[in-house]
Amino acid sequence: MSKEKLVEIRNLKQHFKTGRHSVVKAVDGLNFDIYKGETFGLVGESGCGKSTTGRTIIRLYDATDGEVLFNGENVHGKKDREQLKKFNREMQMIFQDPYASLNPRMKVEDIIAEGMDIHGLAKDEKERKAKVQELLETVGLNKEHANRYPHEFSGGQRQRIGIARALAVDPSFIIADEPISALDVSIQAQVVNLLKKLQEENQLTYLFIAHDLSMVKYISDRIGVMYFGKMVELADADDLYKHPIHPYTQSLLSSIPLPDPDYERSRERFTYDPSNHDTSEEPEFREVRPGHWVLCTTKEFEHYKKEHGAVTTS
Amino acid sequence: MEKLLDVKNLHVSFDTYGGEVQAVRGVNFDVKKGETLAIVGESGSGKSVTTKALMQLIPMPPGRIKEGEILFEGKDLAKLSEKEMQKIRGKDISMIFQDPMTSLNPTMKVGNQIMEGLIKHQKMNKTQARKRVVELLELVGIPDPESRMKQYPHQFSGGMRQRVVVAIALACNPKLLIADEPTTALDVTIQAQILELMKDIQKKTDSGIIFITHDLGVVANVADRVAVMYAGKIVEVGTVDDIFYNPKHPYTWGLLGSMPSLDSQDAELYAIPGSPPDLLNPPKGDAFAARNEYAMQIDLEQEPPMFKVSDTHYAATWLLHENAPNVEPPEAVKARMKGMATNASSDTEGERV
Ligand SMILES: Nc1ncnc2c1ncn2[C@@H]1O[C@H](COP(=O)(O)OP(=O)(O)OP(=O)(O)O)[C@@H](O)[C@H]1O
Ligand SMILES: Nc1ncnc2c1ncn2[C@@H]1O[C@H](COP(=O)(O)OP(=O)(O)OP(=O)(O)O)[C@@H](O)[C@H]1O
Ligand SMILES: [Mg+2]
Ligand SMILES: [Mg+2]
Repeated sequence: MSKEKLVEIRNLKQHFKTGRHSVVKAVDGLNFDIYKGETFGLVGESGCGKSTTGRTIIRLYDATDGEVLFNGENVHGKKDREQLKKFNREMQMIFQDPYASLNPRMKVEDIIAEGMDIHGLAKDEKERKAKVQELLETVGLNKEHANRYPHEFSGGQRQRIGIARALAVDPSFIIADEPISALDVSIQAQVVNLLKKLQEENQLTYLFIAHDLSMVKYISDRIGVMYFGKMVELADADDLYKHPIHPYTQSLLSSIPLPDPDYERSRERFTYDPSNHDTSEEPEFREVRPGHWVLCTTKEFEHYKKEHGAVTTS
Repeated sequence: MEKLLDVKNLHVSFDTYGGEVQAVRGVNFDVKKGETLAIVGESGSGKSVTTKALMQLIPMPPGRIKEGEILFEGKDLAKLSEKEMQKIRGKDISMIFQDPMTSLNPTMKVGNQIMEGLIKHQKMNKTQARKRVVELLELVGIPDPESRMKQYPHQFSGGMRQRVVVAIALACNPKLLIADEPTTALDVTIQAQILELMKDIQKKTDSGIIFITHDLGVVANVADRVAVMYAGKIVEVGTVDDIFYNPKHPYTWGLLGSMPSLDSQDAELYAIPGSPPDLLNPPKGDAFAARNEYAMQIDLEQEPPMFKVSDTHYAATWLLHENAPNVEPPEAVKARMKGMATNASSDTEGERV
C-alpha cells in the first residue's frame, strides 16, 4: 500500500434541515485521507453519519460545506458534464440492501451493463455480452445467470450482482455501505474474500462501512471511528484493536458479541458516557501514537499520551 | 417449563411457474414461556418462511401451508380464520420483520406508526399513547424522541428505522415475540442495549422469543436453545452450549468455522463450498451431502433421521450412526469448542430417534 492520497476529505459537512428551526448535523467537519490501494474501514454508532458520509463523497448529496478531492481534484466544485461523468466512473457505490438496490424488472445482464451503456464502454452488443459474462465469472456466478431476474437469486448472489455492477465501469474507488450485513456468515466470507481478491488484482481502493467489527478489522488497513457526525479516532486496524484510546472506541470494542456462550454470560461491558469528557476547550484531532489520531482536548491528550503513547514492538 | 408454542411437521411450499418450491420441509420445534430459541442457517434455508407461516403471513397464493400444526397455547393457528388471526397478531404474538423499510409506512410519521398499535390493542387514548411512544423511543436509544417522532422513516438512518420496528413490536408486551434479524443494522453498543431491553421485557412478562440471526455472537448472547436450519429442515437443535461446544452436524461446523475471530490473521476466510440445493427439486438423501466433505455413500441415498445426542441435543447426520466412522470437526471449530468438556456431554455417537 502506498501513501499516495486518492481521496482527501476536508472539513466535510452535511446538515439536514428537518423542520423550520431544527437541523440534523449528520456529518460535521470530517477530515481524513484515503490512500491508493487501501481499505479504509468506517465504523460508529447507528445514526452517526456513516452512510451520509459515503453518499456525500459520491455526490448523492451536495455537501453543506467542505470539499472532497479525488486525485487532487475537487469533486464538489462546479464541473461540466464530461468531468462529472469521469468521476462517476471512477467512484462506485455498493449499497447496503441487496434486495432494494437492484431493479426487479431488469435482467441481470442489463443491471450489470447499465453503467457501461451510460459511459459507452462497449463497442457493440457482442462486446457488451462478453464483458458481462466475464464480470459474472469474476464474482463467482456463471454466464447462464445473465438472463435471470434478481428475485431468482439468494441474498448473497444478489449482493454479488451489485458488486459486478460496480466493477463494470472499471472504477478505482468503491464505497461499500454495509455490503455484508444482510448476509449469513458463510456468504459474508465469500463476499469478503472476493473483495480482497479484486483489490489485489485491480489495485482498488475501498471505503468499507460496516457494523461487524471482526469483519472490519479483517478487511481494513486503517479504521476511522465516528460518533455523532465527527471522527473520534483513526488508526491502523491492528493498533486500533490493540490500543483503543477514545472511550467510545473502547466501549465499542468491549461490546462485540463473541460466539462463546460462557464468555457472553459473564461479559462486562464498558458504556460510554460523553459527559465525562474534559470541556475546558474544543477538542481537536491529535496524534497520540504514530499514525493513531484521537479527538481530544489538550488535557485529555496529555493523559492519553501517558496511558497509551508508549510504542512497544510486540 | 410450559410450552407456549409447539410446531409439528410444518411444510410450506410456493407454487411458481417453475414448479413447487418446497421452502419448509417438515419442521418441528417448540418454544417455552420465558425462553429464547435462536434460529440460524444459510440464506434461503427457510427461517423467515417458517416464522411467517406461524403468523399466517405467507402470501397465499403462491404460498401454502401443506401440512402441519402450529399450536399456540394449545390452539392450532393453522386452522384460524384471518379475522381470528388479526386479534392475535400484534397482541399475543408480534413480529419484527427482516427488512425494516418494508414494514414501515414511508408516508406516515414515525410516532403515529407506533401509536396505532397502542390505541388499537392496548386501548390507550391519544395522550397516553403519545407518552408511551416517547418512552419506547427512549428505550430503544433514539435521542430526542419528542422531535424524532414527528419525522418520516426516510429521515432516519438504517439502524434507527430498525429500532423503530423493535419499539412497535415491544409496544404491546406480546406473549411470543418473533424477531427476524432485529439487530443486523445496528452497531454493537446499540445492539447490546436492544438485546438487554428484550431480555428485561422477557423477564417481566415471561414471554417466549424466537430470534433469527446470522450473528453467532448474538446467538451466544441471547439464546437458551438454538435450531440450525438447512434447506427447509432443522438439522440440529440443542441448548446454546450443545451447539457451540459440542456441535455434531457438519453444516453447523461450517457455520461456526466461517466467522473470523478478532485475532484471525490474513488467511482467507473459510466459506462453505458450493451453493444451497434447489428447493424445486430437493436432492435425494441428505440435502447437505453435495457440500459435505464428510459425506458417505448413504448420504446420497437416504435422508438421515434425527439422532439423539442427549436429552436436549439432536442432530440429523449419518455421522452419528453407530456404524459411521469417527469424524472430528475441523480445527477452526475445535478451537472454539474449548469449554465443551464441562458444559455439554461429548459422546460421539447418537441414539436414533
Ligand atoms: N434525508 C435525510 N433527512 C433528514 N435527516 C437525515 C437524512 N438522512 C440521514 N439523516 C439523519 O442523519 C443522521 C445520520 O444518518 P446516517 O444514515 O448517515 O447514519 P449511519 O451512520 O449510516 O447510521 P446506521 O448505522 O444506522 O445506518 C441521522 O440522525 C439521520 O436521522
Ligand atoms: N414468494 C415466494 N415465491 C417463491 N419462493 C419463495 C417465496 N418466498 C420465499 N421463497 C423461497 O423460500 C426459501 C426460503 O426463504 P426464506 O426467506 O425463509 O429464507 P431465510 O432462511 O429467511 O433466508 P435469509 O437468511 O436470506 O433471510 C427460499 O428458497 C426462497 O427463495
Ligand atoms: Mg447507514
Ligand atoms: Mg429471512
